[in-house]
Amino acid sequence: MLDISPAEWTAILLSLRVAIIATLVATPFGIALAWLLARRDFWGKSVLDALVHLPLVLPPVVTGYLLLLTFGRRGLVGGFLADHLGIVFAFRWTGAALACGVMSFPLLVRPMRLSIEAIDRRLEQAAETLGAAPFKVFFTVTLPLALPGVLAGMVLGFAKAIGEFGATITFVSNIPGETQTISSAIYSLIQTPDGDAAAGRLVIISIVIALGALIGAEWFARRATARLHGN
Amino acid sequence: MLRVDVEKQLGEFSLHATFTSEGRVTGLFGASGAGKSSLINMIAGLLRPDRGTIVIDGDVVDDTAAGIHVPTWRRRIGYVFQDARLFPHLNVAQNLDYGRRMNRLAPDAAQYTRVIELLDIGALLDRRPGKLSGGERQRVALGRALLSKPRLLLLDEPLGALDEARKLEILPYLVRLRDEANVPMVYVSHDAAELRQLATQIVMLRQGRVTSFGGVKVLT
Repeated sequence: MLDISPAEWTAILLSLRVAIIATLVATPFGIALAWLLARRDFWGKSVLDALVHLPLVLPPVVTGYLLLLTFGRRGLVGGFLADHLGIVFAFRWTGAALACGVMSFPLLVRPMRLSIEAIDRRLEQAAETLGAAPFKVFFTVTLPLALPGVLAGMVLGFAKAIGEFGATITFVSNIPGETQTISSAIYSLIQTPDGDAAAGRLVIISIVIALGALIGAEWFARRATARLHGN
Repeated sequence: MLRVDVEKQLGEFSLHATFTSEGRVTGLFGASGAGKSSLINMIAGLLRPDRGTIVIDGDVVDDTAAGIHVPTWRRRIGYVFQDARLFPHLNVAQNLDYGRRMNRLAPDAAQYTRVIELLDIGALLDRRPGKLSGGERQRVALGRALLSKPRLLLLDEPLGALDEARKLEILPYLVRLRDEANVPMVYVSHDAAELRQLATQIVMLRQGRVTSFGGVKVLT
């Protein structure tokens, strides 16, 4: 059927790795932030909220460039991480994961936040009267009830991460085997004569992955409703 | 023993209540808006008094002058809400076991069996709260609160959300609870008939003030 070449496989597997790592690393931060935005009132909350959504509305090339300035070899954070911890983002697949994580973060946080907001806080009060300390309330009541939303956020974030292009190519370029994801591979292929067939195959693959992720998110959202009704 | 002497301003409404009760079941009686729920929530620690003290079993849980406010989860109380508030993601057995797990108590098979028989909920253990009737839900909520081994059981209109038939279904369980469970209770209700059956002492509230205190006779 689809005759996928080794080079194309490399791009597909790299994309999956980048998107999975980006999603897994972003998830704990996403949950913490979703909880903070859903439950706490603090000074600068609206600024934080806007900051989280910024990658959604900024031109991706701007986000990528800012990442390069910050996390590049000579960047403020990047230089420190490279010198002291040996972590390098620039022109590495880890940098692609960072770019995808940042770009997908708003989409990842949103369903998590909505599901935490939807939880009946009186259930948390009930848990407290039964002797549960606040962090236990979070892990035994809040998080389980928000779980479908958390998973939906992860799926959406993953779908966005796998399709990310602008910020990634700006930040870590388009190096086959290291930073060339499906998107940047397609971009290269359509600029090459005779690249159409290969580009077409990758287009089909990315549609399949994105569609699968969206259907998955929908399924989780429906489970969330059932769960909150205790059926 | 329960000693309460608290003041709380809630918007226009001011609550100032003082009473000491040694009774097995202290009935907080009053019309809606009299401050019953605010008072019981202060005993539970869910609401913080502006001024005053609350002492449960000789243990000071609130003393605003000394800056003491023991958080709800450390008060070792049980609370049965009008709307049961069972955890929808857990089945009945897991709901019943929740308080024991949170308080790190050793399993107490004898108490477990006794509570389940007392409330007649053995057949419900595998079910989800969404599949229970209102009366069943309230019985499970009672069991859940008891099994956390509270030193004081608070009940806020536990029959309030039920129709007459269901009330009559639950009332005998509450009477048995009073006589057999050996946990002092604070029972909030606006229904004098209900309290006459259950309470041993009455605190009558009106517009945020205690207007009378004594045996069930004060209800007449």
